[in-house]
Amino acid sequence: MCADRMLRGALALALLAGLALPSAAAEATPTIQSWETRNGARVLFVEAPELPILDVRVIFDAASSRDDGHPGLANLTGTLLLAGAGPWDADALARRLENVGAEMSSGVLRDMAWVSARTLTAEKPLNVTVETLAAVLAKPHVSPRDLERIRAGVQVSLRQDEQSPGEIAEKAFYRALYGDDPYAGDPKGTAASVAAITRDEILAFYKRHYVARNAVVALVGALDRAQAEQLAERITAGLPAGEHAGPLPKIPEPTKARLDRIAFPSTQTHIYVGEPGMSRTDPDYFPLFVGNHILGGNGLVSLLADEVRQKRGLSYSVYSAFVPMRRRGPFLMVAQTRNDQAPEALSVMRATLTHFIDEGPTATQLEAAKENITGGFPLNIASNKDIVQYLAMIGFYGLPLDYLSTLVDKVNAVTAEQVRDAFARRVDPTRLLTVVVGGEAEPASASL
Amino acid sequence: MGRLGLTAGCCLLAFAGAGLAGEVHERVLDNGLKVIVEEDHRAPIAVSQVWYKVGSSYEHQGITGISHLLEHMMFKGTPKHPAGEFARIIAANGGEQNAFTGRDYTAYFETLAKDRLPVAFELEADRMRNLSLRPADFAKESEVVKEERRLRTEDKPESLAFEQFAAVAYRSSPYRHPVIGWMRDIDALTVNDLRAWYRRWYAPNNATLVVVGDVDPAQVFALAQKYFGPLKPETLTAPKPAFEIPQLGPTRLQVRIPARQPYLIIGYKTPVVGHAGADWEPYALEMLVSVLDGGSSARISRDLVRGKEIAASAGADYTAFARLPGMLVIDGTPTKDHRVAELEKALEAEVARLRKDLVSPDELERVRTQVVASKVFNRDSVFYQAMQIGTLETVGLDWRLADQYVRNISAVTAEQVRDVARKYLVDEDRTVAVLEPLPETVPTAQGGEPGGPRGDIEDVR
Repeated sequence: MCADRMLRGALALALLAGLALPSAAAEATPTIQSWETRNGARVLFVEAPELPILDVRVIFDAASSRDDGHPGLANLTGTLLLAGAGPWDADALARRLENVGAEMSSGVLRDMAWVSARTLTAEKPLNVTVETLAAVLAKPHVSPRDLERIRAGVQVSLRQDEQSPGEIAEKAFYRALYGDDPYAGDPKGTAASVAAITRDEILAFYKRHYVARNAVVALVGALDRAQAEQLAERITAGLPAGEHAGPLPKIPEPTKARLDRIAFPSTQTHIYVGEPGMSRTDPDYFPLFVGNHILGGNGLVSLLADEVRQKRGLSYSVYSAFVPMRRRGPFLMVAQTRNDQAPEALSVMRATLTHFIDEGPTATQLEAAKENITGGFPLNIASNKDIVQYLAMIGFYGLPLDYLSTLVDKVNAVTAEQVRDAFARRVDPTRLLTVVVGGEAEPASASL
Repeated sequence: MGRLGLTAGCCLLAFAGAGLAGEVHERVLDNGLKVIVEEDHRAPIAVSQVWYKVGSSYEHQGITGISHLLEHMMFKGTPKHPAGEFARIIAANGGEQNAFTGRDYTAYFETLAKDRLPVAFELEADRMRNLSLRPADFAKESEVVKEERRLRTEDKPESLAFEQFAAVAYRSSPYRHPVIGWMRDIDALTVNDLRAWYRRWYAPNNATLVVVGDVDPAQVFALAQKYFGPLKPETLTAPKPAFEIPQLGPTRLQVRIPARQPYLIIGYKTPVVGHAGADWEPYALEMLVSVLDGGSSARISRDLVRGKEIAASAGADYTAFARLPGMLVIDGTPTKDHRVAELEKALEAEVARLRKDLVSPDELERVRTQVVASKVFNRDSVFYQAMQIGTLETVGLDWRLADQYVRNISAVTAEQVRDVARKYLVDEDRTVAVLEPLPETVPTAQGGEPGGPRGDIEDVR
C-alpha cells in the first residue's frame, strides 16, 4: 500500500527498526522449531495455522561484506537470482509465480543476502512457489543480457542516490566510519566498481557463497513439522553443502573525532553523528538497546526528539540507533535541518548525548522505556511477516531459540547503572564521527 | 513498479486485494460518531483508528497544508493531557501511535494490547473536542512542518517534479495542491486559522472510529459510548463544491532542477467509484493498471524494463476509491541508453495498444488470481484491514466495497478494459511532465572522496 507521506517522525525510524528493533516477549511467543537439512542448511520454523499462507525467507551470508574488493558484487549476484533460473527465463519465472498469486523478491545488505517468498498453501501455488524458489537458489541463469540490464539499473539507482543529500550523508558516514573494512561501502557498490564486475566473478561468488552451510531457511505458515521438513529439503535440494563464509576482520577503532563536510545544493543539511556500536550478539546488547530507546530510539518519546524537535522545532525526523550487525554496526544520531540551523542542531545533539552518557537514565525514564518495549512486544510478533523476519535474524546471527520468549525478562532485568556503565564504556563523545551534507546557509552559515 | 508510492504520495491505497478477514459490526452513536469493529483473533492486539473527513482536498488556496499542520498540533495537548503526554501514555502502555494526513482524510491510530483499548479511547475522545492549540507550541510545530516539507519535497527532485505536475494537470480540483501545503501558505497560517479549522471538522459527527483486532464488538461499542458518547456534535457545513473543469487539450511541462536522472510522469483524468459513467468503469481501470503494472510479469516490466530495455523503472497507478475524480498516472525513468522522449513514446504505445487491442484472457486471469491471493495475504495485517475500512468510509463510500472488490474486479471483461482506455486514456486529457536535470549544479559525489573540506574538529559540548 502506498505509505502516506504524512506519517510522522516514526517513519524513518520504522525503516531502521526493521533492522534494529528487537522487543520483548509476552504470554504468546511463537514456538520456534529448528533443524538442519540433509545438506546442512539451518531451518527455523513457526507453525501458524490460522491463515492458509506460507512465508519463506532464505538468508545467505553472501552480502556486501563478502564483496572482497569488488563493491557491488554481492548485490548484482543476489539481484540476478530472480532473472531466470532452471527451465525459466526472467519472463517465464515471473509469469509462473504471478499466475498462482505468489510473490518473490530478493535483497542484499551488508550482512544478509536473502530471497523471500509468500504464497497460498493450496497445493498448486505452494508447489509452483517451492519449485521456483529451489531453482532460483540452485540454478540461476546469470545470463549476460540480464546481467547488463541489471548492471545498468544499479547505475541508475546510484545516480538517483546522488540527488539525495540523505543518501550521500549515509554513504559518507559508513565510508568514513569503517575505512577499509567491508562494512564501509554502499552494498550497491560505486559506479566504477559496478562497471568493472565480470560475469565470471559473479559466477564464482555465487558458487562459493550460495551453499547450504551458508544458508538459513526461515518458514512461517500453515504447515505441520513434517510438511515443513519436506519443504525445506525441496527448497535447498539443489545446493551443495559447501562451507560457511567464515569470520570477518575486527572492526577498526576510531582514535579521534572527525568531521566530514560535503557541499550539496539542498535547502536542508543532513547530519550523521556516530561511531562503531554493537553487534547482534554483543554482551552489552540489552543495556545499549534500552538506553538508546530513551536517548532517541522511540519516536517522539525520546530525549533527542524532545530537545531537537519539540523544544526547538529544528528537525522533523531526529533519532538515534544502534544498528546491530554480525560485527559492530554503527551507533548513529541523525537529523536534518534548514542549512543555517545546522550548527545549533548538531550542538544540541552532541550535548544531549553527552548528558545522557554522564548522567544515565532516570528511574522514571528507564521504567517508561521498559513498559513500552515489553508492552509493545505482542505488536511486533502479531503477523507472519514479522515472525519470519525474527526467524531470519535469530537463525542468521545464531541467537538462542528462546530469544523471543526470554526477551521480556532480559529487558526488565536492565538497570539504570548498567545503561550508564554500558554507554560510558561504549560511546566515546571525544571520538565521534560527524558527517554533514548540505547547502550554503542564507546568510552565510556559522562554522560547524 | 515505478516510484509513485514515493512521489505521488498521498493516500492512494492499493486496493489490489482488498477484503476483510472477520465479521464486521457497525453502529452510530447518538452524537453521529460511526463505530466500525472487525474481529480478528489471531493475536492479542487491537488497532484503533479515528478518521476525520478533512484533508488537503478540503482546503483552498491560501490555507493549503492546514489539515496536516493541525494533525501535528493534535499531539500538543489538551487541558487534561498536556503536550507530549499523549505519546508518553500510549508508549507506557506498550502501544504505538501515529497519524497521517491525505487528500481526503486525517487519521490517528494506536496499536495496543487488546486490554489497553480504553487508554486510546480516552485520549482520542479528549483531543477530538478539547485541543489546546497554544501559540507557542504552534510556532515551534510550524517550523517542524517546514522542515518536513524541505525533507520530503524541496530536496527531492522527483517529489518536486510530481508536485509541479499535479499543480498543472489539475485545473480547478483541490487535488492540485500538495497535502503538506505550499511553503508560503504554511508560513502564513496562524493559530487562529487552525482553531477555526479544528472547530469546523473535529467532531464526532464528522469522524469514524475503526477498531480491528482481538476484541468483542459489544464491548467496543460500550467503550466507545462511554468515552466518545458525551462529546457534542458540531453543526457541519458541507464543503464548497470541488471539481475539475474539463481539460481542453494535451498539456506538457518541463521541470528544470538540479538532479542527476531524468524522470517522466504521464497523467490522464479518470473517474472514481461514485463519480463514474458506469459503476464498472473504476474497476476496469484498476484491471487496466494491473495489466500494465501488476507485477514483474505485467506489461511494463516485461516489455519496457526487460524486452526493449527502455525503462530503468516504470509504473502505473490508479485508485478507484477517492472523494473526487483523479488521475491514472504512469511514471518512469529511462535507461542510460534511452532518452526520456523514447520512454514517453514507448509508454504511450502501451496506452495506444490498450485502446486498440483486447487484453488477453491470460492477463485477466493472472490479475484475478493475484487479487484473490492478496485478499488472503492482507489478513496478516490488522492495521491494513482497518485502513481499508477507514478509507472507504471517509471518502464517502461504504466499507462493504472492500468485501465486494474481488467480485467487482473479477467481473471486468477485456472489452470493458478497452472501453475505459478509449474513453479516458485520451490525448485531450493527458498531462506530461518531464524532469530535466540541471546537472552542472550538482557536485558528483559518487565513489571516491566526498567533496568539501574535511578535518578533525574539537568536540563541541
